Amino acid sequence: MGDSLTNTAGHFFVTGDPLIIASDVAIVLVSLGIVFTLTYFKKWKWLWREWLTTVDHKKIAIMYLISAILMLFRGGVDALLMRTQLALPNLGLLSAEHYDQIFTTHGTIMILFMAMPFIFAMFNAVVPLQIGARDVAFPYLNAISFWLFFFGALLFNISFVIGGSPDGGWTSYPPLTELQFDPGVGENYYLLGLSISGIGTIATGINFLATIIKMRAPGMTLMKMPLFTWAVLGTCIIILFVFPVLSVALALLLIDRLFGAHFFTMMYGGNPMQFVNLFWIWGHPEVYIAVLPAFGIYSEVVATFSQKKIFGYKSMVASIMAISIIGNLTWVHHFFTMGAGPAVNTFFSISTMAVAIPTGVKVFNWLMTMYRGRITLSLPMLWALAFIPAFAVAGATGVWLAEAPTDYQYHNTYFMVAHFHQALIGGVVFGMLAGMYYWWPKMFGFKLKEKFGKWAFWFFNIGFYVCFTPQYILGLMGMQRRMYTYTADMHWTALNFVSTIGAYLMGIGFLCIAAQIIHSLVHMEKDLTGDPWGGRTLEWSLPSPAPHYNFAVIPQISDRDEWWERKRRGEQDALKPRPEDIRDIHMPKNSGVPFLMGVCFFIAGFGFTFGWIAVGAAGLVGVLLCLAHRSLDQHPDHDIPADEIRRTEAALGRL
Amino acid sequence: MSMVRPPALERAPGQARFPWSHVAGYALSIVLTLAAFWAVLGHALPTKPLLAGILLLAVLQILVQLVFFMHVGQDSKPRYHLWLFSVAMFFFVVFVVSSMWILTFNTPIS
Amino acid sequence: MAVRMEEVLSRRTGDPSSTDHPGHRLELSTEDGVTKIFGFWMFLVSDVLLFASLFATYVVIYTHTANGPSASELFGHDVSGFLAETLALLTSSFTCGLATWEMHQGRAGRLKFWMIITLLLGLTFLGLEITEFRDFVSQGATLQTSAFLSGFYTLVGTHGAHVTLGILWMSLILYQLVRFGLNAVTARKFYIVGLYWHFLDIVWVLIFTVVYLTGVM
Repeated sequence: MGDSLTNTAGHFFVTGDPLIIASDVAIVLVSLGIVFTLTYFKKWKWLWREWLTTVDHKKIAIMYLISAILMLFRGGVDALLMRTQLALPNLGLLSAEHYDQIFTTHGTIMILFMAMPFIFAMFNAVVPLQIGARDVAFPYLNAISFWLFFFGALLFNISFVIGGSPDGGWTSYPPLTELQFDPGVGENYYLLGLSISGIGTIATGINFLATIIKMRAPGMTLMKMPLFTWAVLGTCIIILFVFPVLSVALALLLIDRLFGAHFFTMMYGGNPMQFVNLFWIWGHPEVYIAVLPAFGIYSEVVATFSQKKIFGYKSMVASIMAISIIGNLTWVHHFFTMGAGPAVNTFFSISTMAVAIPTGVKVFNWLMTMYRGRITLSLPMLWALAFIPAFAVAGATGVWLAEAPTDYQYHNTYFMVAHFHQALIGGVVFGMLAGMYYWWPKMFGFKLKEKFGKWAFWFFNIGFYVCFTPQYILGLMGMQRRMYTYTADMHWTALNFVSTIGAYLMGIGFLCIAAQIIHSLVHMEKDLTGDPWGGRTLEWSLPSPAPHYNFAVIPQISDRDEWWERKRRGEQDALKPRPEDIRDIHMPKNSGVPFLMGVCFFIAGFGFTFGWIAVGAAGLVGVLLCLAHRSLDQHPDHDIPADEIRRTEAALGRL
Repeated sequence: MSMVRPPALERAPGQARFPWSHVAGYALSIVLTLAAFWAVLGHALPTKPLLAGILLLAVLQILVQLVFFMHVGQDSKPRYHLWLFSVAMFFFVVFVVSSMWILTFNTPIS
Repeated sequence: MAVRMEEVLSRRTGDPSSTDHPGHRLELSTEDGVTKIFGFWMFLVSDVLLFASLFATYVVIYTHTANGPSASELFGHDVSGFLAETLALLTSSFTCGLATWEMHQGRAGRLKFWMIITLLLGLTFLGLEITEFRDFVSQGATLQTSAFLSGFYTLVGTHGAHVTLGILWMSLILYQLVRFGLNAVTARKFYIVGLYWHFLDIVWVLIFTVVYLTGVM
């Protein structure tokens, strides 16, 4: 009895590997530390009332940002472990099995639990303020989206202490990931964690589409929208078209694993390639989901710090829309080597190259915006500048990979690994960091100090090229992705070692960002202007951070760069509220139900992961009850009285 | 945000007293269904034209649902939701047809 | 465009008298209603692609019967079952449309009557589908038998799960209509569940054609 219990626990909790035990200890200590701090400072109530139950887009943005940075840390540690293992031949830091788990969690976390919350942090922080709205279209749903992301990510992350991590790669191809070849719960964690957060993502897509289409301030026609908002619109369209496909792919694989179906098995007529097909119908557009918001950020940052109108606004809009349609038609280039035949490969080769055209248009527009502009090299602008060469290389190597015959050489080598890291770090991470620095004052009310930020920029950028340039060559020398080690006679040692040095430089860059945030918190200088950069769009007409209701009076818009034009004409005060115009404002009430719904989803996910169908079903019943509770809620809104708004505005010095 | 108001009981001028368009939609949907059904059971056409025929009937049937029951023509402009719904239908066809195309090399028959 | 902006402006400033009524459509009488109906259409967009993925999988594997029963063996010997399902669902879409029409006439009693009929037809459909599945399983055609059957049960079952959810949801709205009466909020809620119901009919038309009729061929 005692033995079998220890045995069960031994399977349930991951033990044995010293790295994991160290992480276990660290997790327990950090959790205890958080609990202790919250209790000591009597902050539990504050946490619940101000954060866990909030439906305010500005607070949800902050929660997304914190999650994204934490996940960047975890994904980064995974990356450094892999690079350490590969620094020299025949190293034994990680076993093959452990290495498999780490490249799986690294990829999954970076794409779905780092990039996605990072872009949603930007959506939430910026879009309502940019279009003159008081919140998103469906604030309650927005809270649900966040908690589904959060609990999906939590479910995925606990895998490495309870039950074991997934190890089938972030693409999770069957038949390898079928029960027959991959028993245990790791893969189930992957499938359910991603499914739960995927539902949240679809809800976010719906929400921001409705917000942008239906909630713009009067006068803001579609062609007067800021480009970041346009980029979000394009992103949401792609989300709606492709995230359901991922949900289905994951669900079908889960049905195979839990209920013995034969969608992707090797026997009884299953077709594993259909999973690959579905996965990339989502997977390729996912790249655009991540990069379009970054493009939007570059458009805002480049215009602001060049003090010029964006060059070619209409072609920018056309490019975004073209990418959001053509981007959905290129997915087969991820499996040219499947051998679907010349007609299929040719079609998708051409569509892939076609999508480079609108992207190229955008790059030239940014360059032309900077041309003869008065450029200030602030941190957001530095990251935007660094993006252009990085993305040019990524784009060029991408076109090589898009040619089906040559792709047979590059496929699944380090050449491809280097390409997509250059695209996703150079495109998405640089963009998100530019956006974070740019809108940080608007989100938190103070600027990040430049000192450590410059260090971070140079460490990260130099490390970036030192890390990935050798990988192109390694790929051409035949080094395959996902190898856990290699022998010295392959002659890959020197390049691998250099690459590892680059990875560590990027790690130092990340630490500099952390130091910068802490340093700026300690020596905080509040932004009292609301417009620290000389901004162009509506969010900079508000105080930093914006009051709960954003706009005391919804402004009337007449220009694309409304705030800039007002400043140019000396009419800034026209965007301040007049006391007689202030009325009561309807706002949604806070609610604990979205959090509770996330918990129910977590219970359901955990139950299904372990094949405990009753627990899973109970969780889903809980979800339905949460939905019914919302439907029956007769008073989801409340009024903020006009007097209170006048007092708030007066205290902000705006009346 | 939501305002609870008394129902607007007044009928718009010229409002029909009988839901003719719904009845017409229902009749059409039944006719289209039975037509497809009989075409298949009676082998009215060779396989390929038959397949094309029943798919066409399905498309008409979908249009009936959209126009007669989901009021797609009557919503206030701008009708962005219809644009997006149409593009979604386009991608429905693209994903289904291209999946068949991409994966035909792998049928057990071959 | 200009008209819309004035509307938005006046609504934003919280003046209820400016809320206009486009025709007699109560569900569109508030800005909130308009936004939520738009949002629901966007949900339907995502649901279209969800079913697209299931259909794509089905058409790729539906010939992979792995020595189990094929589509024609399964559906061909008794076509009355799926025809009855189809007629029940088409009729329920019609009665749901009638309910919406009555709502637009402001007749809450008849609205509730047609909702009940719609619910009963939905339950009939579900009953027929469950009977059909049980019949197939008793013939040894299970989810685990072949890729074709995995695809069949999952595609048709996902639609059935949607219908089940629709029945629960519409019952909840019916309760709210009884409890709170017909107003802008309940009208919007019923209109949305109605859209959902008609949409499930669209999906069924595709299942009827692509799964059943093609199978019989």
